[in-house]
Amino acid sequence: MTDSRLPTGVALITLILLAGVPLSLYYAGHIFWLDIFTRAVVLAIAAASLNLMLGFAGLASFGHAAYLGIGAYAVGVPAYYETYGGGGMIASYSGWWHLGLALGASALFAAVTGAISLRTRGIHFIMITMAFGQMLFYLLVSIDEYGADDGMTVDLTSQFSHVDLSDPVMLFGICYGSLLLLLLLQYRLKHSHFGRILAAIKQNENRTRALGVNTFYYKLTAYVLAGVICAYAGVLMANFSTFISPGMIEWTRSGELMFMVILGGTAWVFGPVVGAMIFVLLEYFLAGLTVYWHLPFGLLLILTVLLFRGGLGGMLQRIGATRGEGQS
Amino acid sequence: MLEVSALSKHYGGVKATDQVNLNVKAGECHAIIGPNGAGKTTLIGQLCGELLSDAGVIFFQGRNVTGLPMHRRVQLGLARSFQITSVFDDMTVLANVAVAVQANRGHSFRFWRPVSRNESINARALEVLRLVGMEVQHQQLAGALSHGERRQLEIAMALATEPQLLLLDEPMAGMGAEESNAMLAMLQALKGDITLLLVEHDMDVVFSLADTISVLVYGQVIETGSPAQIRNSATVREAYLGDAG
Ligand SMILES: Nc1ncnc2c1ncn2[C@@H]1O[C@H](COP(=O)(O)OP(=O)(O)OP(=O)(O)O)[C@@H](O)[C@H]1O
Ligand SMILES: [Mg+2]
Repeated sequence: MTDSRLPTGVALITLILLAGVPLSLYYAGHIFWLDIFTRAVVLAIAAASLNLMLGFAGLASFGHAAYLGIGAYAVGVPAYYETYGGGGMIASYSGWWHLGLALGASALFAAVTGAISLRTRGIHFIMITMAFGQMLFYLLVSIDEYGADDGMTVDLTSQFSHVDLSDPVMLFGICYGSLLLLLLLQYRLKHSHFGRILAAIKQNENRTRALGVNTFYYKLTAYVLAGVICAYAGVLMANFSTFISPGMIEWTRSGELMFMVILGGTAWVFGPVVGAMIFVLLEYFLAGLTVYWHLPFGLLLILTVLLFRGGLGGMLQRIGATRGEGQS
Repeated sequence: MLEVSALSKHYGGVKATDQVNLNVKAGECHAIIGPNGAGKTTLIGQLCGELLSDAGVIFFQGRNVTGLPMHRRVQLGLARSFQITSVFDDMTVLANVAVAVQANRGHSFRFWRPVSRNESINARALEVLRLVGMEVQHQQLAGALSHGERRQLEIAMALATEPQLLLLDEPMAGMGAEESNAMLAMLQALKGDITLLLVEHDMDVVFSLADTISVLVYGQVIETGSPAQIRNSATVREAYLGDAG
Protein backbone atom coordinates (compact mmCIF):
# COMPACT_ATOMS: atom_id res chain seq x y z
CA MET A 1 0.00 0.00 0.00
CA THR A 2 2.58 2.58 1.08
CA ASP A 3 6.17 2.52 -0.13
CA SER A 4 7.87 -0.03 2.09
CA ARG A 5 11.17 0.78 3.76
CA LEU A 6 13.32 -1.66 1.80
CA PRO A 7 13.03 0.11 -1.58
CA THR A 8 13.62 3.48 0.09
CA GLY A 9 16.73 2.14 1.78
CA VAL A 10 18.03 0.69 -1.47
CA ALA A 11 17.36 4.03 -3.17
CA LEU A 12 19.35 5.97 -0.57
CA ILE A 13 22.29 3.57 -0.68
CA THR A 14 22.31 3.61 -4.47
CA LEU A 15 22.32 7.42 -4.48
CA ILE A 16 25.28 7.51 -2.09
CA LEU A 17 27.21 4.91 -4.13
CA LEU A 18 26.30 6.73 -7.33
CA ALA A 19 28.20 9.79 -6.16
CA GLY A 20 30.75 8.22 -3.81
CA VAL A 21 32.17 5.46 -5.99
CA PRO A 22 33.05 7.46 -9.12
CA LEU A 23 34.38 10.47 -7.21
CA SER A 24 36.64 8.44 -4.92
CA LEU A 25 37.89 6.37 -7.86
CA TYR A 26 38.48 9.56 -9.80
CA TYR A 27 40.59 11.11 -7.07
CA ALA A 28 42.41 7.80 -6.66
CA GLY A 29 43.48 8.13 -10.27
CA HIS A 30 40.93 5.91 -12.02
CA ILE A 31 39.55 8.71 -14.15
CA PHE A 32 37.67 6.40 -16.46
CA TRP A 33 35.00 5.41 -13.92
CA LEU A 34 33.73 8.94 -13.65
CA ASP A 35 32.83 8.70 -17.34
CA ILE A 36 30.88 5.49 -16.83
CA PHE A 37 28.93 6.96 -13.95
CA THR A 38 28.28 10.30 -15.63
CA ARG A 39 26.78 8.39 -18.53
CA ALA A 40 24.68 6.33 -16.11
CA VAL A 41 23.38 9.45 -14.39
CA VAL A 42 22.47 11.16 -17.68
CA LEU A 43 20.71 8.01 -18.87
CA ALA A 44 18.97 7.82 -15.50
CA ILE A 45 17.55 11.31 -16.09
CA ALA A 46 16.35 10.25 -19.54
CA ALA A 47 14.85 7.01 -18.22
CA ALA A 48 13.19 8.81 -15.31
CA SER A 49 11.60 11.21 -17.76
CA LEU A 50 10.26 8.25 -19.73
CA ASN A 51 8.87 6.84 -16.49
CA LEU A 52 6.76 9.98 -16.17
CA MET A 53 4.81 8.57 -19.11
CA LEU A 54 5.32 4.82 -18.79
CA GLY A 55 5.10 4.45 -15.03
CA PHE A 56 2.85 7.34 -14.08
CA ALA A 57 0.35 7.28 -16.94
CA GLY A 58 0.87 3.89 -18.60
CA LEU A 59 1.94 5.48 -21.89
CA ALA A 60 4.48 3.22 -23.59
CA SER A 61 6.30 5.67 -25.85
CA PHE A 62 8.81 3.93 -28.07
CA GLY A 63 10.32 7.12 -29.49
CA HIS A 64 11.62 8.76 -26.38
CA ALA A 65 15.28 8.83 -27.44
CA ALA A 66 14.26 11.44 -30.02
CA TYR A 67 14.32 13.98 -27.19
CA LEU A 68 17.88 13.01 -26.26
CA GLY A 69 18.71 13.87 -29.87
CA ILE A 70 16.83 17.18 -29.83
CA GLY A 71 18.70 18.21 -26.69
CA ALA A 72 22.06 17.09 -28.06
CA TYR A 73 21.63 18.79 -31.44
CA ALA A 74 20.51 21.97 -29.62
CA VAL A 75 24.06 22.02 -28.24
CA GLY A 76 25.96 20.73 -31.26
CA VAL A 77 24.34 22.72 -34.04
CA PRO A 78 24.67 26.24 -32.55
CA ALA A 79 28.24 25.43 -31.50
CA TYR A 80 29.03 24.18 -35.01
CA TYR A 81 27.76 27.41 -36.60
CA GLU A 82 29.59 29.54 -34.07
CA THR A 83 32.82 27.75 -34.95
CA TYR A 84 32.47 27.52 -38.70
CA GLY A 85 30.17 30.46 -39.49
CA GLY A 86 26.63 30.54 -40.86
CA GLY A 87 23.46 29.58 -39.07
CA GLY A 88 22.40 33.21 -38.54
CA MET A 89 21.14 33.93 -35.08
CA ILE A 90 21.22 30.25 -34.07
CA ALA A 91 25.02 30.26 -33.81
CA SER A 92 26.19 30.47 -30.22
CA TYR A 93 28.29 28.81 -27.53
CA SER A 94 25.98 30.09 -24.80
CA GLY A 95 24.70 27.38 -22.49
CA TRP A 96 21.49 29.26 -21.76
CA TRP A 97 20.82 29.54 -25.46
CA HIS A 98 21.43 25.79 -25.89
CA LEU A 99 19.07 25.04 -23.02
CA GLY A 100 16.40 27.41 -24.30
CA LEU A 101 16.64 25.92 -27.77
CA ALA A 102 16.49 22.36 -26.42
CA LEU A 103 13.50 23.00 -24.19
CA GLY A 104 11.63 25.04 -26.80
CA ALA A 105 12.21 22.60 -29.65
CA SER A 106 11.41 19.55 -27.52
CA ALA A 107 8.23 21.13 -26.16
CA LEU A 108 7.11 21.94 -29.67
CA PHE A 109 7.99 18.47 -31.01
CA ALA A 110 6.26 16.82 -28.05
CA ALA A 111 3.15 18.98 -28.31
CA VAL A 112 2.71 18.22 -32.01
CA THR A 113 3.57 14.50 -31.96
CA GLY A 114 1.76 14.04 -28.64
CA ALA A 115 -1.42 15.67 -29.90
CA ILE A 116 -1.42 13.15 -32.75
CA SER A 117 -0.17 9.97 -31.09
CA LEU A 118 -2.22 10.33 -27.90
CA ARG A 119 -5.36 9.86 -29.97
CA THR A 120 -4.35 6.23 -30.36
CA ARG A 121 -3.74 3.64 -27.68
CA GLY A 122 -2.03 0.36 -26.99
CA ILE A 123 0.11 -1.06 -29.74
CA HIS A 124 -0.87 1.79 -32.07
CA PHE A 125 0.57 4.32 -29.64
CA ILE A 126 3.82 2.36 -29.46
CA MET A 127 4.06 2.21 -33.25
CA ILE A 128 3.23 5.85 -33.89
CA THR A 129 5.66 7.21 -31.27
CA MET A 130 8.32 4.96 -32.76
CA ALA A 131 7.49 6.31 -36.23
CA PHE A 132 7.88 9.92 -35.09
CA GLY A 133 11.23 9.06 -33.54
CA GLN A 134 12.40 7.38 -36.74
CA MET A 135 11.22 10.38 -38.79
CA LEU A 136 13.55 12.59 -36.80
CA PHE A 137 16.30 9.99 -37.13
CA TYR A 138 16.07 9.91 -40.92
CA LEU A 139 15.85 13.71 -41.04
CA LEU A 140 19.16 13.99 -39.18
CA VAL A 141 20.73 11.24 -41.29
CA SER A 142 19.85 13.25 -44.38
CA ILE A 143 21.53 16.49 -43.27
CA ASP A 144 25.07 16.32 -44.67
CA GLU A 145 26.07 19.57 -43.05
CA TYR A 146 25.76 17.97 -39.60
CA GLY A 147 27.75 14.92 -40.66
CA ALA A 148 24.74 12.85 -41.78
CA ASP A 149 24.82 9.43 -40.11
CA ASP A 150 28.39 9.93 -38.88
CA GLY A 151 27.35 12.87 -36.72
CA MET A 152 29.85 15.49 -35.63
CA THR A 153 31.97 16.44 -32.67
CA VAL A 154 31.06 19.26 -30.32
CA ASP A 155 34.24 21.35 -30.24
CA LEU A 156 33.30 23.49 -27.27
CA THR A 157 30.92 22.61 -24.43
CA SER A 158 27.99 24.86 -23.53
CA GLN A 159 29.33 28.00 -21.92
CA PHE A 160 28.02 29.25 -18.57
CA SER A 161 29.53 32.08 -16.55
CA HIS A 162 30.37 30.16 -13.37
CA VAL A 163 30.23 26.58 -14.52
CA ASP A 164 32.77 24.80 -16.69
CA LEU A 165 31.17 21.73 -18.23
CA SER A 166 34.46 20.57 -19.71
CA ASP A 167 35.59 19.86 -16.15
CA PRO A 168 34.49 16.22 -15.65
CA VAL A 169 33.90 16.57 -11.91
CA MET A 170 31.85 19.71 -12.41
CA LEU A 171 29.85 18.04 -15.17
CA PHE A 172 29.20 15.01 -13.00
CA GLY A 173 28.06 17.27 -10.17
CA ILE A 174 25.62 19.10 -12.44
CA CYS A 175 24.22 15.81 -13.77
CA TYR A 176 23.94 14.30 -10.32
CA GLY A 177 22.29 17.41 -8.87
CA SER A 178 19.86 17.49 -11.77
CA LEU A 179 18.95 13.86 -11.12
CA LEU A 180 18.29 14.51 -7.42
CA LEU A 181 16.11 17.49 -8.29
CA LEU A 182 14.21 15.48 -10.88
CA LEU A 183 13.60 12.63 -8.43
CA LEU A 184 12.24 15.06 -5.85
CA LEU A 185 10.01 16.64 -8.48
CA GLN A 186 8.74 13.24 -9.62
CA TYR A 187 8.08 12.09 -6.08
CA ARG A 188 5.99 15.17 -5.40
CA LEU A 189 4.28 14.89 -8.76
CA LYS A 190 3.34 11.27 -8.19
CA HIS A 191 1.45 12.15 -5.02
CA SER A 192 -0.05 15.39 -6.32
CA HIS A 193 -3.51 16.08 -7.73
CA PHE A 194 -2.07 15.65 -11.21
CA GLY A 195 -0.27 12.43 -10.29
CA ARG A 196 -3.43 10.82 -8.99
CA ILE A 197 -5.33 11.65 -12.18
CA LEU A 198 -2.47 10.08 -14.18
CA ALA A 199 -2.61 6.98 -11.99
CA ALA A 200 -6.34 6.74 -12.62
CA ILE A 201 -5.80 7.08 -16.36
CA LYS A 202 -3.16 4.35 -16.21
CA GLN A 203 -5.51 1.93 -14.48
CA ASN A 204 -8.66 2.65 -16.46
CA GLU A 205 -8.79 5.58 -18.82
CA ASN A 206 -12.41 5.09 -19.85
CA ARG A 207 -13.49 5.08 -16.23
CA THR A 208 -11.52 8.25 -15.57
CA ARG A 209 -13.25 9.96 -18.47
CA ALA A 210 -16.60 8.75 -17.17
CA LEU A 211 -15.84 10.67 -13.98
CA GLY A 212 -15.62 13.90 -15.98
CA VAL A 213 -11.88 14.13 -16.63
CA ASN A 214 -10.63 15.31 -20.01
CA THR A 215 -7.89 12.70 -19.99
CA PHE A 216 -6.29 13.92 -23.21
CA TYR A 217 -4.89 17.09 -21.65
CA TYR A 218 -3.46 15.21 -18.69
CA LYS A 219 -1.73 12.73 -20.96
CA LEU A 220 -0.46 15.50 -23.22
CA THR A 221 0.94 17.41 -20.24
CA ALA A 222 2.79 14.31 -19.04
CA TYR A 223 4.00 13.67 -22.59
CA VAL A 224 5.38 17.19 -23.05
CA LEU A 225 6.90 17.27 -19.57
CA ALA A 226 8.64 13.96 -20.22
CA GLY A 227 9.95 15.17 -23.58
CA VAL A 228 11.33 18.43 -22.21
CA ILE A 229 13.11 16.71 -19.33
CA CYS A 230 14.62 14.14 -21.70
CA ALA A 231 15.84 16.97 -23.96
CA TYR A 232 17.57 18.40 -20.91
CA ALA A 233 19.30 15.04 -20.52
CA GLY A 234 20.27 15.36 -24.20
CA VAL A 235 21.98 18.70 -23.52
CA LEU A 236 23.98 17.04 -20.75
CA MET A 237 24.73 14.06 -23.01
CA ALA A 238 26.18 16.26 -25.77
CA ASN A 239 28.37 18.08 -23.27
CA PHE A 240 29.50 14.81 -21.79
CA SER A 241 30.31 12.89 -24.95
CA THR A 242 31.24 16.03 -26.99
CA PHE A 243 29.83 14.17 -29.93
CA ILE A 244 26.40 14.02 -31.50
CA SER A 245 24.98 11.66 -34.08
CA PRO A 246 21.62 10.35 -35.29
CA GLY A 247 22.60 7.06 -33.61
CA MET A 248 21.62 8.66 -30.30
CA ILE A 249 17.95 8.53 -31.27
CA GLU A 250 17.60 5.32 -33.23
CA TRP A 251 14.64 3.23 -32.11
CA THR A 252 16.95 0.76 -30.37
CA ARG A 253 17.97 3.63 -28.05
CA SER A 254 14.33 4.21 -27.18
CA GLY A 255 14.05 0.50 -26.51
CA GLU A 256 17.03 0.67 -24.16
CA LEU A 257 15.44 3.53 -22.22
CA MET A 258 12.27 1.50 -21.95
CA PHE A 259 14.20 -1.52 -20.69
CA MET A 260 15.90 0.58 -18.01
CA VAL A 261 12.52 1.74 -16.76
CA ILE A 262 10.99 -1.74 -16.80
CA LEU A 263 14.09 -3.31 -15.25
CA GLY A 264 14.01 -0.88 -12.33
CA GLY A 265 10.26 -1.04 -11.96
CA THR A 266 7.71 1.42 -13.27
CA ALA A 267 5.81 1.84 -10.02
CA TRP A 268 8.96 3.07 -8.28
CA VAL A 269 10.07 6.67 -8.78
CA PHE A 270 13.64 5.53 -8.23
CA GLY A 271 13.36 2.48 -10.52
CA PRO A 272 14.80 4.11 -13.66
CA VAL A 273 17.97 5.11 -11.76
CA VAL A 274 18.63 1.51 -10.74
CA GLY A 275 17.72 0.39 -14.25
CA ALA A 276 20.11 2.86 -15.88
CA MET A 277 22.97 1.94 -13.56
CA ILE A 278 22.57 -1.79 -14.16
CA PHE A 279 22.27 -1.14 -17.87
CA VAL A 280 25.47 0.89 -18.11
CA LEU A 281 27.48 -1.49 -15.92
CA LEU A 282 26.23 -4.60 -17.74
CA GLU A 283 26.94 -3.00 -21.08
CA TYR A 284 30.48 -2.25 -19.94
CA PHE A 285 31.29 -5.66 -18.52
CA LEU A 286 29.60 -7.69 -21.24
CA ALA A 287 31.23 -5.59 -23.96
CA GLY A 288 34.57 -6.42 -22.32
CA LEU A 289 33.82 -10.16 -22.46
CA THR A 290 32.58 -10.54 -26.00
CA VAL A 291 31.84 -8.50 -29.08
CA TYR A 292 28.52 -10.30 -29.29
CA TRP A 293 27.46 -8.75 -25.99
CA HIS A 294 24.05 -7.72 -27.28
CA LEU A 295 22.82 -11.32 -27.20
CA PRO A 296 23.47 -12.20 -23.52
CA PHE A 297 22.41 -8.68 -22.70
CA GLY A 298 19.05 -9.07 -24.40
CA LEU A 299 18.53 -12.47 -22.76
CA LEU A 300 19.25 -11.00 -19.33
CA LEU A 301 16.77 -8.22 -19.90
CA ILE A 302 14.07 -10.59 -21.05
CA LEU A 303 14.70 -12.81 -18.02
CA THR A 304 14.40 -9.91 -15.60
CA VAL A 305 11.18 -8.77 -17.14
CA LEU A 306 9.77 -12.29 -16.98
CA LEU A 307 11.06 -13.19 -13.51
CA PHE A 308 10.66 -9.93 -11.62
CA ARG A 309 7.17 -8.67 -12.13
CA GLY A 310 7.21 -4.93 -11.49
CA GLY A 311 10.97 -4.87 -12.07
CA LEU A 312 13.51 -4.73 -9.26
CA GLY A 313 11.34 -2.22 -7.41
CA GLY A 314 8.47 -4.69 -7.39
CA MET A 315 10.78 -7.44 -6.15
CA LEU A 316 12.10 -5.27 -3.29
CA GLN A 317 8.54 -4.35 -2.40
CA ARG A 318 7.60 -8.04 -2.13
CA ILE A 319 10.69 -8.97 -0.12
CA GLY A 320 10.05 -6.04 2.21
CA ALA A 321 6.42 -7.07 2.61
CA THR A 322 7.15 -10.72 3.45
CA ARG A 323 9.88 -9.74 5.93
CA GLY A 324 7.48 -7.30 7.56
CA GLU A 325 4.90 -10.07 7.94
CA GLY A 326 7.47 -12.44 9.44
CA GLN A 327 8.40 -9.94 12.11
CA SER A 328 4.94 -8.95 13.22
CA MET B 1 -34.45 16.10 -18.15
CA LEU B 2 -33.45 13.75 -20.97
CA GLU B 3 -35.04 13.57 -24.40
CA VAL B 4 -33.80 11.06 -26.90
CA SER B 5 -35.12 10.69 -30.41
CA ALA B 6 -34.41 8.16 -33.12
CA LEU B 7 -31.11 7.11 -31.53
CA SER B 8 -29.36 4.26 -33.37
CA LYS B 9 -26.13 2.35 -33.16
CA HIS B 10 -25.11 -0.44 -35.53
CA TYR B 11 -22.32 -2.96 -35.18
CA GLY B 12 -21.81 -4.25 -38.68
CA GLY B 13 -25.17 -5.82 -39.46
CA VAL B 14 -26.30 -5.87 -35.82
CA LYS B 15 -28.67 -3.06 -34.89
CA ALA B 16 -27.70 -2.76 -31.21
CA THR B 17 -30.06 0.20 -30.81
CA ASP B 18 -32.58 1.07 -33.48
CA GLN B 19 -34.53 4.35 -33.56
CA VAL B 20 -34.80 4.61 -29.78
CA ASN B 21 -37.08 7.33 -28.40
CA LEU B 22 -36.95 8.04 -24.70
CA ASN B 23 -38.17 10.76 -22.39
CA VAL B 24 -36.90 10.80 -18.83
CA LYS B 25 -38.64 13.32 -16.57
CA ALA B 26 -36.83 15.19 -13.80
CA GLY B 27 -37.01 13.40 -10.45
CA GLU B 28 -38.32 10.08 -11.71
CA CYS B 29 -36.78 6.66 -11.79
CA HIS B 30 -37.04 5.40 -15.32
CA ALA B 31 -36.24 1.74 -15.76
CA ILE B 32 -35.15 0.07 -18.97
CA ILE B 33 -35.73 -3.63 -19.15
CA GLY B 34 -35.12 -6.11 -21.89
CA PRO B 35 -33.60 -9.50 -22.60
CA ASN B 36 -29.85 -10.13 -22.88
CA GLY B 37 -28.35 -8.43 -25.90
CA ALA B 38 -31.33 -6.09 -26.28
CA GLY B 39 -29.00 -3.09 -26.49
CA LYS B 40 -29.37 -1.68 -22.98
CA THR B 41 -25.67 -1.22 -22.31
CA THR B 42 -25.19 0.16 -25.80
CA LEU B 43 -27.94 2.73 -25.14
CA ILE B 44 -26.29 3.79 -21.88
CA GLY B 45 -22.98 4.10 -23.69
CA GLN B 46 -24.57 6.37 -26.28
CA LEU B 47 -26.30 8.49 -23.66
CA CYS B 48 -23.18 9.08 -21.61
CA GLY B 49 -21.01 9.73 -24.65
CA GLU B 50 -18.76 6.68 -24.51
CA LEU B 51 -20.15 5.53 -27.85
CA LEU B 52 -20.82 7.76 -30.85
CA SER B 53 -24.30 7.30 -32.25
CA ASP B 54 -24.92 6.57 -35.93
CA ALA B 55 -28.13 8.59 -35.91
CA GLY B 56 -30.47 10.43 -33.57
CA VAL B 57 -30.24 13.28 -31.09
CA ILE B 58 -29.91 13.53 -27.32
CA PHE B 59 -31.13 16.54 -25.35
CA PHE B 60 -30.07 16.83 -21.74
CA GLN B 61 -31.71 19.60 -19.72
CA GLY B 62 -32.78 21.28 -22.93
CA ARG B 63 -29.30 21.21 -24.37
CA ASN B 64 -28.23 19.21 -27.40
CA VAL B 65 -25.41 17.00 -26.13
CA THR B 66 -25.32 14.57 -29.07
CA GLY B 67 -21.83 15.65 -30.15
CA LEU B 68 -20.36 16.29 -26.71
CA PRO B 69 -17.58 14.01 -25.44
CA MET B 70 -18.22 11.94 -22.34
CA HIS B 71 -16.29 14.08 -19.87
CA ARG B 72 -18.25 17.19 -20.91
CA ARG B 73 -21.55 15.41 -20.36
CA VAL B 74 -20.40 14.31 -16.91
CA GLN B 75 -19.50 17.90 -16.09
CA LEU B 76 -23.04 18.88 -17.10
CA GLY B 77 -24.46 16.37 -14.64
CA LEU B 78 -24.92 13.18 -16.65
CA ALA B 79 -23.02 10.32 -15.02
CA ARG B 80 -23.10 6.55 -15.27
CA SER B 81 -22.13 3.39 -13.44
CA PHE B 82 -20.80 0.35 -15.27
CA GLN B 83 -22.33 -3.10 -15.62
CA ILE B 84 -18.83 -4.54 -15.36
CA THR B 85 -17.35 -3.03 -12.22
CA SER B 86 -14.77 -0.39 -13.12
CA VAL B 87 -12.93 0.79 -10.07
CA PHE B 88 -9.24 1.64 -9.63
CA ASP B 89 -8.02 -1.56 -7.96
CA ASP B 90 -4.62 -0.22 -6.88
CA MET B 91 -6.11 2.77 -5.08
CA THR B 92 -7.80 2.98 -1.73
CA VAL B 93 -11.57 3.26 -1.60
CA LEU B 94 -11.21 6.88 -0.55
CA ALA B 95 -8.87 7.68 -3.45
CA ASN B 96 -11.27 6.09 -5.92
CA VAL B 97 -14.02 8.46 -4.89
CA ALA B 98 -11.58 11.35 -4.50
CA VAL B 99 -10.64 11.09 -8.19
CA ALA B 100 -14.29 11.79 -8.98
CA VAL B 101 -14.37 14.67 -6.47
CA GLN B 102 -11.22 16.10 -8.06
CA ALA B 103 -12.81 15.88 -11.49
CA ASN B 104 -15.92 17.57 -10.20
CA ARG B 105 -13.95 20.45 -8.68
CA GLY B 106 -12.34 21.34 -12.01
CA HIS B 107 -8.86 20.80 -13.35
CA SER B 108 -6.20 19.00 -11.35
CA PHE B 109 -3.12 20.59 -12.91
CA ARG B 110 -1.49 20.89 -9.49
CA PHE B 111 1.90 19.25 -9.36
CA TRP B 112 3.41 19.73 -5.94
CA ARG B 113 1.14 19.41 -2.90
CA PRO B 114 0.19 15.88 -1.78
CA VAL B 115 -3.40 15.33 -2.82
CA SER B 116 -4.05 12.72 -0.13
CA ARG B 117 -3.79 15.51 2.44
CA ASN B 118 -6.33 17.76 0.76
CA GLU B 119 -8.90 17.82 3.56
CA SER B 120 -11.69 19.33 1.53
CA ILE B 121 -11.45 16.64 -1.16
CA ASN B 122 -11.21 13.89 1.47
CA ALA B 123 -14.16 15.25 3.42
CA ARG B 124 -16.37 15.29 0.35
CA ALA B 125 -15.24 11.78 -0.65
CA LEU B 126 -16.01 10.47 2.84
CA GLU B 127 -19.43 12.10 2.71
CA VAL B 128 -20.24 10.22 -0.50
CA LEU B 129 -18.89 6.97 0.97
CA ARG B 130 -21.16 7.44 3.97
CA LEU B 131 -24.08 7.72 1.55
CA VAL B 132 -23.40 4.22 0.23
CA GLY B 133 -22.44 2.89 3.66
CA MET B 134 -18.76 2.38 2.94
CA GLU B 135 -16.95 4.90 5.12
CA VAL B 136 -15.57 2.15 7.35
CA GLN B 137 -13.68 0.62 4.42
CA HIS B 138 -12.28 3.90 3.13
CA GLN B 139 -8.64 2.94 3.71
CA GLN B 140 -8.86 -0.48 2.05
CA LEU B 141 -7.54 -1.11 -1.42
CA ALA B 142 -10.39 -1.30 -3.90
CA GLY B 143 -8.89 -4.49 -5.32
CA ALA B 144 -9.30 -6.21 -1.95
CA LEU B 145 -13.04 -5.55 -1.64
CA SER B 146 -15.79 -8.13 -2.03
CA HIS B 147 -17.87 -8.11 -5.19
CA GLY B 148 -20.78 -6.43 -3.45
CA GLU B 149 -18.58 -3.72 -1.98
CA ARG B 150 -17.04 -3.05 -5.36
CA ARG B 151 -20.53 -2.57 -6.80
CA GLN B 152 -21.24 -0.06 -4.04
CA LEU B 153 -17.99 1.76 -4.71
CA GLU B 154 -18.88 1.84 -8.38
CA ILE B 155 -22.05 3.79 -7.50
CA ALA B 156 -20.21 6.01 -5.02
CA MET B 157 -17.77 7.11 -7.73
CA ALA B 158 -20.63 8.07 -10.02
CA LEU B 159 -22.37 9.92 -7.19
CA ALA B 160 -19.24 11.90 -6.39
CA THR B 161 -19.46 13.58 -9.78
CA GLU B 162 -22.67 15.17 -8.42
CA PRO B 163 -24.94 14.07 -11.25
CA GLN B 164 -28.42 15.33 -11.93
CA LEU B 165 -29.13 12.24 -13.98
CA LEU B 166 -27.52 8.95 -13.06
CA LEU B 167 -27.44 6.09 -15.55
CA LEU B 168 -27.23 2.79 -13.66
CA ASP B 169 -26.27 -0.28 -15.67
CA GLU B 170 -27.42 -3.32 -13.66
CA PRO B 171 -26.26 -2.08 -10.24
CA MET B 172 -27.25 -5.40 -8.64
CA ALA B 173 -25.40 -7.59 -11.14
CA GLY B 174 -23.95 -10.64 -9.39
CA MET B 175 -24.98 -9.54 -5.90
CA GLY B 176 -26.31 -11.79 -3.14
CA ALA B 177 -29.76 -11.22 -1.66
CA GLU B 178 -28.50 -9.27 1.32
CA GLU B 179 -26.27 -7.00 -0.73
CA SER B 180 -29.08 -6.45 -3.23
CA ASN B 181 -31.38 -5.33 -0.47
CA ALA B 182 -28.81 -2.86 0.83
CA MET B 183 -28.33 -1.50 -2.67
CA LEU B 184 -32.08 -1.26 -3.19
CA ALA B 185 -32.45 0.71 0.03
CA MET B 186 -29.70 3.04 -1.07
CA LEU B 187 -31.25 3.64 -4.48
CA GLN B 188 -34.60 4.28 -2.83
CA ALA B 189 -32.95 6.94 -0.68
CA LEU B 190 -31.32 8.53 -3.74
CA LYS B 191 -34.54 8.58 -5.70
CA GLY B 192 -36.12 12.00 -5.78
CA ASP B 193 -32.83 13.82 -5.25
CA ILE B 194 -31.36 12.46 -8.45
CA THR B 195 -33.10 11.42 -11.62
CA LEU B 196 -32.34 7.75 -12.28
CA LEU B 197 -32.22 5.78 -15.48
CA LEU B 198 -32.00 2.20 -14.33
CA VAL B 199 -31.13 -0.86 -16.36
CA GLU B 200 -31.91 -3.96 -14.31
CA HIS B 201 -32.81 -7.60 -14.82
CA ASP B 202 -34.24 -8.13 -11.34
CA MET B 203 -37.96 -7.47 -11.80
CA ASP B 204 -38.64 -7.06 -8.07
CA VAL B 205 -36.13 -4.22 -7.98
CA VAL B 206 -37.54 -2.65 -11.13
CA PHE B 207 -41.14 -2.77 -9.96
CA SER B 208 -40.31 -1.41 -6.52
CA LEU B 209 -38.20 1.52 -7.79
CA ALA B 210 -39.44 2.58 -11.20
CA ASP B 211 -42.00 5.27 -11.93
CA THR B 212 -41.80 4.58 -15.63
CA ILE B 213 -40.58 1.53 -17.52
CA SER B 214 -39.41 1.24 -21.11
CA VAL B 215 -39.04 -2.17 -22.68
CA LEU B 216 -36.17 -2.63 -25.11
CA VAL B 217 -36.16 -5.63 -27.44
CA TYR B 218 -33.74 -6.06 -30.35
CA GLY B 219 -32.67 -2.45 -30.01
CA GLN B 220 -36.20 -1.04 -30.19
CA VAL B 221 -38.39 0.42 -27.47
CA ILE B 222 -41.55 -1.63 -27.87
CA GLU B 223 -43.45 -0.07 -24.99
CA THR B 224 -43.17 2.68 -22.38
CA GLY B 225 -45.54 3.10 -19.45
CA SER B 226 -46.14 2.91 -15.72
CA PRO B 227 -45.20 -0.34 -13.94
CA ALA B 228 -48.86 -1.38 -13.93
CA GLN B 229 -49.22 -0.74 -17.67
CA ILE B 230 -46.07 -2.71 -18.44
CA ARG B 231 -47.14 -5.58 -16.21
CA ASN B 232 -50.42 -5.86 -18.04
CA SER B 233 -49.20 -5.17 -21.57
CA ALA B 234 -49.84 -8.03 -23.95
CA THR B 235 -47.00 -6.93 -26.26
CA VAL B 236 -44.47 -6.91 -23.46
CA ARG B 237 -45.71 -10.19 -22.08
CA GLU B 238 -45.35 -11.79 -25.47
CA ALA B 239 -41.97 -10.27 -26.34
CA TYR B 240 -40.26 -10.43 -23.03
CA LEU B 241 -41.93 -11.03 -19.73
CA GLY B 242 -43.63 -14.10 -21.16
CA ASP B 243 -40.45 -16.11 -21.58
CA ALA B 244 -39.36 -15.19 -18.05
CA GLY B 245 -42.48 -16.92 -16.84
N1 LIG C 1 -18.46 -3.59 -29.31
C1 LIG C 1 -19.36 -4.36 -29.94
N2 LIG C 1 -19.08 -4.89 -31.13
C2 LIG C 1 -19.98 -5.65 -31.79
N3 LIG C 1 -21.20 -5.95 -31.30
C3 LIG C 1 -21.56 -5.45 -30.12
C4 LIG C 1 -20.65 -4.63 -29.36
N4 LIG C 1 -21.26 -4.28 -28.21
C5 LIG C 1 -22.47 -4.85 -28.24
N5 LIG C 1 -22.65 -5.54 -29.37
C6 LIG C 1 -23.88 -6.26 -29.74
O1 LIG C 1 -24.96 -5.37 -29.63
C7 LIG C 1 -26.06 -6.00 -29.05
C8 LIG C 1 -26.50 -5.27 -27.80
O2 LIG C 1 -25.54 -5.45 -26.79
P1 LIG C 1 -25.70 -4.79 -25.34
O3 LIG C 1 -24.47 -5.10 -24.58
O4 LIG C 1 -26.05 -3.37 -25.51
O5 LIG C 1 -26.92 -5.60 -24.73
P2 LIG C 1 -27.52 -5.56 -23.27
O6 LIG C 1 -28.97 -5.31 -23.43
O7 LIG C 1 -26.78 -4.64 -22.39
O8 LIG C 1 -27.30 -7.06 -22.80
P3 LIG C 1 -27.09 -7.65 -21.31
O9 LIG C 1 -28.42 -7.75 -20.70
O10 LIG C 1 -26.49 -9.00 -21.55
O11 LIG C 1 -26.16 -6.73 -20.59
C9 LIG C 1 -25.66 -7.45 -28.80
O12 LIG C 1 -26.12 -8.22 -29.89
C10 LIG C 1 -24.17 -7.40 -28.78
O13 LIG C 1 -23.63 -8.61 -29.24
MG1 LIG D 1 -25.69 -4.84 -20.67
